[in-house]
Amino acid sequence: MTTPSLPPVRVLLDPIVRENPITLQVLGVCSALAVTRTLATALVMSASVTAVLIGSSVAISLLRNDVPRSVRLIIEITVIATLVIVVDQVLQAFFWELSRDLSVFVGLIITNCVILGRAETFSMHNPPGRSALDALGNGLGYTWILLGVGGIRELLGSGALLGQPILPLVEDGGWFQPIALMLRPPSAFFLIGVLIWCLRSASLARARSRSLTANAPLPASTGSPTR
Amino acid sequence: MSETLDLFVQAALTENLALAFFLGMCMFLAVSKTVEMAFGFGVAVFTIQTISVPLNQLIGHFLLQPGAWAWLGLPDADLSFLRLIAFVGVIAAFVQILEMVLDRYFPALSAAFGVYLPLVTVNCAILGGSLFMAERQYSFAESFVYGAGSGFGWAVAICLLAAIRERLEYSDSPEGLRGMGLTFLVVGIVSLAFLGFVGIELP
Repeated sequence: MTTPSLPPVRVLLDPIVRENPITLQVLGVCSALAVTRTLATALVMSASVTAVLIGSSVAISLLRNDVPRSVRLIIEITVIATLVIVVDQVLQAFFWELSRDLSVFVGLIITNCVILGRAETFSMHNPPGRSALDALGNGLGYTWILLGVGGIRELLGSGALLGQPILPLVEDGGWFQPIALMLRPPSAFFLIGVLIWCLRSASLARARSRSLTANAPLPASTGSPTR
Repeated sequence: MSETLDLFVQAALTENLALAFFLGMCMFLAVSKTVEMAFGFGVAVFTIQTISVPLNQLIGHFLLQPGAWAWLGLPDADLSFLRLIAFVGVIAAFVQILEMVLDRYFPALSAAFGVYLPLVTVNCAILGGSLFMAERQYSFAESFVYGAGSGFGWAVAICLLAAIRERLEYSDSPEGLRGMGLTFLVVGIVSLAFLGFVGIELP
């Protein structure tokens, strides 16, 4: 999907919407769903993932010419696991409360497919600078989905953002009745499902209008690149 | 006995790794296109989960927890920060060994779910199970029950989803919703159904 001839700006910007890791490549959804109950956890999680992603991309890109293909997976996992341990220790040292809330999900960054996916498909074939840009782009793409879903869930589920009350709750004499379902797991599936629906429809519409102006037949891309 | 059953049911249904904790979602969505594939993958996850969680419990208990090295004269050594990398290593090594053993002694079985085994290594449900086990400080017996229960619950969930997706194949859904979008909504509904298990009290 990414060719070496792509200008650096595209390397950075493409993953944010057009090649978004979560909605279009459907990678790394585990943590995207699990930590979006409140905005604060989503924020910390996306910052951690972005940091690990950039670190591992640069490291693996630097190592790419010295690693034999047969052992590359174990090397990649080791690099990622080491970085995750660092992040985990930093969180435990400075943000003890949040690291409790995130529980096992910081550790699970290791198995986050976005990171291994970028290492496999991009960093193994590109120099460190481009890999860092690609990692930053993917990190930002991951971040805005997490923040969006986290924001909606916290706002509708408890009428607050980052713990600050925004909508006056009924129990405090306001008008807003919090939607308890938003705090439960299924709502994350629904929100991401609807989000994917919107983004896919938008990209289909774009493809259609482009093919109409070019007077070419409709691209047969109605199916999704499911993995 | 009833405690064991409780833990099994809790791990399999109320705290279903896939539907309540969203673990192993990538594979969950990718491999659930047909029931046959889902079943093979489910069995692979169940097997590895049942063995790797107790295995990691032993490693955590005897090698990593604070004071584990007291007999060597190192009572202050706390290696628990190595938990992540140790668990990943154990799982990867174990999957590799299992693959070789199956290949050697049970070629039919290996052909049936051999392709899924390497994928299991990067499945967050497996690592997640071990991490939950460490966080909740299960004993060896408990971790065995927890591993079996959570693996079983994951397998059931993926088979359910695959069955639904097979039937949805010919549905007339909006263009942008086809594929992943629809799958997410369906998983949401299945997860909603599993919420119903919360609060079940076994006699």
